[in-house]
Amino acid sequence: MRTLNKPVFLAAGAYTLSLGTGRPEFNPRTPRPGLDHYIREAGAATLAQIGDPGAIDESVIGNFMAARFNRQGHLGSLMTIVHPSLEYKPALRVEGACASGGLALASAVKSVLSGMADAVLVMGVEVQNTVKAIYCADYLAGAGWYDGERKEGHTYFFPGKFSDRAGAYGAKVGPEKARQAFAHWYRNAVENARLNPDAQEHFNRVDDLVAQGLTPPNPKSFTDHLNLYDCSKVSDGAASIIVASEEGWRRLGLARQDVVELAGMGQMAANLTTPPPDLTEMTTCRRAAEQALAMAGTGIGDMGVVEVHDCFTISGVLLTEALGMAAPGAGADAVLEGLTRRDGRWPTNTGGGLVGYGHPTGATGVRMAVDLWRQLTGRAAGYQVDLKKDHGILVSMGGNDKTVVSLVVKR
Amino acid sequence: MQNVAVVGAAGKMGSGISLLLALELAYRSLEDPKATFVLSLIDMNDSGLQGLLRYVRDQARKDGERQVNRLRALYRDRADLVENAEMVEAFVAEVMLHLRTGRTLALAKDALLVFEAAFEKEEIKFQIYDELAALCPPGTWFLTNTSSIPLHVLTHRCGIQGRMIGFHFYNPPAVQKLVELIPPEDCDPALEAGAEELALVLRKKTVPARDIAGFIGNGHFMRDGLRCIREMERLAPEHGFARAVHMVEKVSRDWLLRPMGMFQLIDYVGIDVFQLILRVMEKYLQEGLHSPLVDTLLEQGVRGGQTSSGAQKDGFLRYEKGRPVGILDPATRDYVPVDAAFAADVEARLGPLPDPSLSWKALSRDPGRERKLRAHFAALKGLDSQGAAMARRHAADSRDIALDLVRQGVAARAEDVNAVLTLGFFHLYGPVNDFLD
Repeated sequence: MRTLNKPVFLAAGAYTLSLGTGRPEFNPRTPRPGLDHYIREAGAATLAQIGDPGAIDESVIGNFMAARFNRQGHLGSLMTIVHPSLEYKPALRVEGACASGGLALASAVKSVLSGMADAVLVMGVEVQNTVKAIYCADYLAGAGWYDGERKEGHTYFFPGKFSDRAGAYGAKVGPEKARQAFAHWYRNAVENARLNPDAQEHFNRVDDLVAQGLTPPNPKSFTDHLNLYDCSKVSDGAASIIVASEEGWRRLGLARQDVVELAGMGQMAANLTTPPPDLTEMTTCRRAAEQALAMAGTGIGDMGVVEVHDCFTISGVLLTEALGMAAPGAGADAVLEGLTRRDGRWPTNTGGGLVGYGHPTGATGVRMAVDLWRQLTGRAAGYQVDLKKDHGILVSMGGNDKTVVSLVVKR
Repeated sequence: MQNVAVVGAAGKMGSGISLLLALELAYRSLEDPKATFVLSLIDMNDSGLQGLLRYVRDQARKDGERQVNRLRALYRDRADLVENAEMVEAFVAEVMLHLRTGRTLALAKDALLVFEAAFEKEEIKFQIYDELAALCPPGTWFLTNTSSIPLHVLTHRCGIQGRMIGFHFYNPPAVQKLVELIPPEDCDPALEAGAEELALVLRKKTVPARDIAGFIGNGHFMRDGLRCIREMERLAPEHGFARAVHMVEKVSRDWLLRPMGMFQLIDYVGIDVFQLILRVMEKYLQEGLHSPLVDTLLEQGVRGGQTSSGAQKDGFLRYEKGRPVGILDPATRDYVPVDAAFAADVEARLGPLPDPSLSWKALSRDPGRERKLRAHFAALKGLDSQGAAMARRHAADSRDIALDLVRQGVAARAEDVNAVLTLGFFHLYGPVNDFLD
């Protein structure tokens, strides 16, 4: 087991609102802000929390598909718009599908561990509302194996992939229980989002969320086993946070109570060209989380707050099993019993998660880190939970459980 | 369906019918690639035909986007089509492939099915069918979209007895789920059965109507419209013309919970079209279906209807972004703005709505609307206000018109009138009901 050769910390997190359907600011027919707007906004919000932007040594930006959504490459260079002091310093863009933000964090951690940097500005960004959902689905399908899977894939490629998982899970635990669990996951997500003013579902006023979540899937217009409420929406947004050594955060003018310490990290990829070994298990996520927990010398029982990649309600349910919050096949029960509610044993996705906050793909991993950092430093304002433990864990996933970054942090 | 023509294709109804058929032929062609499908789109107006092609192309793209699940199955064997965007564009190309446009009826020469949606004027239709009768093979079936002209008049005049049926779409044809099916007495039973089948293919519900001028849809709408104009004229001396229009408009929309007020609906149809239909119906029915006000407005050049882009033109009301913002004053030929003060003044005259939170839009999505409608009308019964009295009278008159249609045999049953009004006019309830009994 490798260990961290020196302490690494996360500090000064911020994210933009998640723009897309559901937000009053969103109108598909009017022009909307581009990538640069989100990068500037999230970057400025982070820099506003530190004393000296000049003390940042490097920057890294996670993004998935700007080349298609926005016809923009070369995002490392775009990072310099955040502050003039970033110019003529290292900057890079990393990509790992929906785990791009998680990879940006991992990359920054490695820079700090290597001694090449003491403070790294980490950004995640995605602007996806440039095309209709039907075309967005094609762009996002790039997170699958294009040559081997796209032609035979579903119209909505990833909803199709996770619909297959939902169907398999329904066969395993009973379709009714599975559907109930998805509906309850949806309710928790929206209830948390209502407390987070930046969340896409913040203004959702539906009375009976479970009833809505129970809407039967319509295979003719969508997929066999998922309805629209099971899916995270198409979102635009950015998130940023600083990864620093102890010397780094001191130089930025921060105090110990402003930062959380990285306790463990698991980062890995699985073969993109092979199907998942078991549709009802998030194998790569499980292994990455196990690695992070082992490196931290902790178990899931030590976690006071959890951030999981619920791109679909089924992934949320399966991740409770992957993280060990429930035994295999018992994730549905765990959700139905309220273990993942904000007042449950493992408050999960407290700011809404992907279903509630939104899923600006490349930004999501960073957004998760920001929510963990906020919870552990008491900065989550309206969605702050009463932490019973000092650790938090995140799992950032790309594709159908193919690229994963898991971080364990402690206050 | 392999050779179909639409006459009057670029008009409001014709373009919708053309779109429906173009989509249907494209899907058939994808399912049966060996067959050849032709859709001839005929209109006198060249720029209208170009606009039609643009409309069909844009709508085909939207339809393709809605139906990508189906397209992915149909294009399963096309290795070159991988992404949704590629399939949608291939589908748009497929739709356009079958279309040919022109200004001459000769294009319909080989058509076995001719849809006609020409301007609602007898002389024009006579001319068209005279020519088609001479051009088309004896097996050709004619489906007319006339909304008012008795079909037996057309078939006898043009020598196409047995070969024509009324196939009356509602506007917009691609959206509305209703087709009024009007077989004249001498209609070939095979044509009648074929028309039923065709409606099924186009996902329309059919309601049978007897071949009497105006049929069910206009039979109700024109009389209801005239009734509202008369009501407005009765109120105008006391309240002024613009206020009277607004009062009737508001009662017919907000109090009766219809999607549009009557004057907006007349504008939508077109005041000129409204007059044409009145003339045709009056010619055959002679019951005083006439409005001097409508004649005056048309003399003043106030026509309503839509621009080629689909925007609503001013008529009784003035529109901005499709919403009514002013009311015509024929004396000054100007529009009185409907501002807050004007609206409040009219509301004060009408009195408060039984439940101001109810609206057609909200109720149309509400599965429990029957109960709310009943409560609304129950409250309406107990209110002692001008608005309530007007609404009760209007509902009763609308029911009388519907029951008259049944009495005259235009509709076989009251339910058929209700079906036409709910499916064709988007009303939330049929005029024949017991809400106010």
